[in-house]
Amino acid sequence: MSSFVSSKGNGPPFQGRSSGPIRARCEVLQYRKIGKYHSITFVSPEMADRAEPGMFVTIGVEGHSTVLRRPFAIYQVSRHGPWAGTVEIVFDVVGEGTRWLASRVKHDTVDLVGPLGTPFPLPKQNVGCLLVGQGYGAAPLLYLAGVLQQRGFRADMIIGAKDADGIFNAIEAKRLSATTILVTEDGSLGEEGNILDVMDRHLDLGRTGLIYASGPMPLLRDVSGLAASRGVPIRVAVEEAMACGTGVCWTCVMPVERKGAVYNLRSCIEGPVFNGAKVQWDAIGALPVHDIPEPLPEEDEA
Amino acid sequence: MSTVPSSRKPRSVPVTPAEVDLRVQLDDMILRNPILAASGTFASGQEINRFFDVNRLGAVVIKSITMEPRPGLPTPRMAETASGMLNAIGLQNAGVERWLSLDYPWLVHHGVPIIASIAGRTVHEYRQVAEKLRGLEGIVAIEANISSPNAEAGGGLFASHPSTAAEVVSTIMRVATVPVFAKLTPDVTDIVTIAHAAAEAGASGVSVINTVLGMAIDVETRQPKLAAGMGGLSGPAIKPIAIRAVHQIHSVMPDLPIIGMGGAATVEDVVEFMLAGASAVAIGTATFANPMASMEIVEGLPHWLAERGIRHARSLIGGVRI
Repeated sequence: MSSFVSSKGNGPPFQGRSSGPIRARCEVLQYRKIGKYHSITFVSPEMADRAEPGMFVTIGVEGHSTVLRRPFAIYQVSRHGPWAGTVEIVFDVVGEGTRWLASRVKHDTVDLVGPLGTPFPLPKQNVGCLLVGQGYGAAPLLYLAGVLQQRGFRADMIIGAKDADGIFNAIEAKRLSATTILVTEDGSLGEEGNILDVMDRHLDLGRTGLIYASGPMPLLRDVSGLAASRGVPIRVAVEEAMACGTGVCWTCVMPVERKGAVYNLRSCIEGPVFNGAKVQWDAIGALPVHDIPEPLPEEDEA
Repeated sequence: MSTVPSSRKPRSVPVTPAEVDLRVQLDDMILRNPILAASGTFASGQEINRFFDVNRLGAVVIKSITMEPRPGLPTPRMAETASGMLNAIGLQNAGVERWLSLDYPWLVHHGVPIIASIAGRTVHEYRQVAEKLRGLEGIVAIEANISSPNAEAGGGLFASHPSTAAEVVSTIMRVATVPVFAKLTPDVTDIVTIAHAAAEAGASGVSVINTVLGMAIDVETRQPKLAAGMGGLSGPAIKPIAIRAVHQIHSVMPDLPIIGMGGAATVEDVVEFMLAGASAVAIGTATFANPMASMEIVEGLPHWLAERGIRHARSLIGGVRI
């Protein structure tokens, strides 16, 4: 059909424009396990070109009677090589859609839309960055760490999980960061304890000018609270249930303060990366009381 | 009607996709094609315009606007169900003034025909919003959302009774400068009675159907999956209900234009709605599953019709053989 634009390189035709998100049927280049998690690398030169850390793709999964796409943070992109460009995601099997995805094999084609959402903003000044992730939420932070490393920023990482199995790709984390601290609740790998205590101690070193976090909502809430109390700016990538991923359904809203007013912002298009100090964590799931009185101002950058 | 001698087959004239006439007329509104974006599934239009030129659609039905800004309902607002989804958004919108200053100019500038969906807690609010839209370039119709299943949103009651549906419609008609379509719910004993009341009150047509009130419970937590408890069911799961409602109304009032919606996702779905009696078909939840869904139908429909020698899309309307 005419809305399919022919692709460069070896990629498949795609639907979309010369910039912004596209839809494409992407070939599976590789399926692999990373620890207890699953990873799939898709061939899509355009998505690889357009992706930045923090952004995500949605995947049309086939299931018994599923209708909605599933969102996945981008873990890695490769813009070069014989495949001209690839995008990799990491996931855990949590339901029918991810079970289907985990059974994809090389050369299968999968329906992807992306890259979607806002990326992690890079520091405007030369400050040390602290990247805090839990479970496979650490995946987009490793992508970010690689970019920070390329640009000459110092990145320290804290990666936590319940146990050793849940720690995502510790080897890669160590390669991409100045220091990496692993934390498990049961002490089976790295330090025994919780992410917050380790983060508190790290902030005492005084080398952190900007914090990035990714993982479950309770972690993001706690990390944001700690960052705020220590006066360090923080950016978080949230995980909110979404139906469309493209900004049209308004199901994934988060209460976020901007210029003194609280707005219900869409995680998929105004996020998933938000200023953690401005997210009204306690108001998530509560009846919104604030209106939308003004044209939405742009967020202050760190 | 001309008669064809039974001994001869009707002459089959080859039609190319480019020759297919997709135009449809609903009251005074002429659309370039019968494919619309459904209210509440297309946001401002700009989000999906990232994927394709949304001015290629017949029209965009905007997300319902109210007089004052509405923050909407708490999350979770969505739960996927078998072949469908439940939502309880609560008509989150920035209010008619902000829509006029932010979203409306973009749609007009890009030549997108606008069907303005309006909602209100009171009959007066519908009138107030309709007054703000009087005579505006680019707005080709008003869709009165009198059937949102979310109680917080208000308006749920209006389409439940013939008298209240008629009251809202006649009030809007007093100020509207474009055709008015009443959006109806299937959650009534007899939708034809409601459609009839809306038509008698002056509605140019009806939009059929809104989401179906539903509920889902998490069996582990024993809590409703939606924060609001109940919400509107949409997607392929409700398509047979929508086809039934369109057919019932068209059978009784064949001259009343109908915008059909409810689970339409493919070219065949659109054809089915038109055969049931719809003159135009809005694509809703399918856009969530595939941002290109409506465009793929715009491009695919002329091929489907040409392959069957059908020159005019409008010839499908009400063509079901009973």
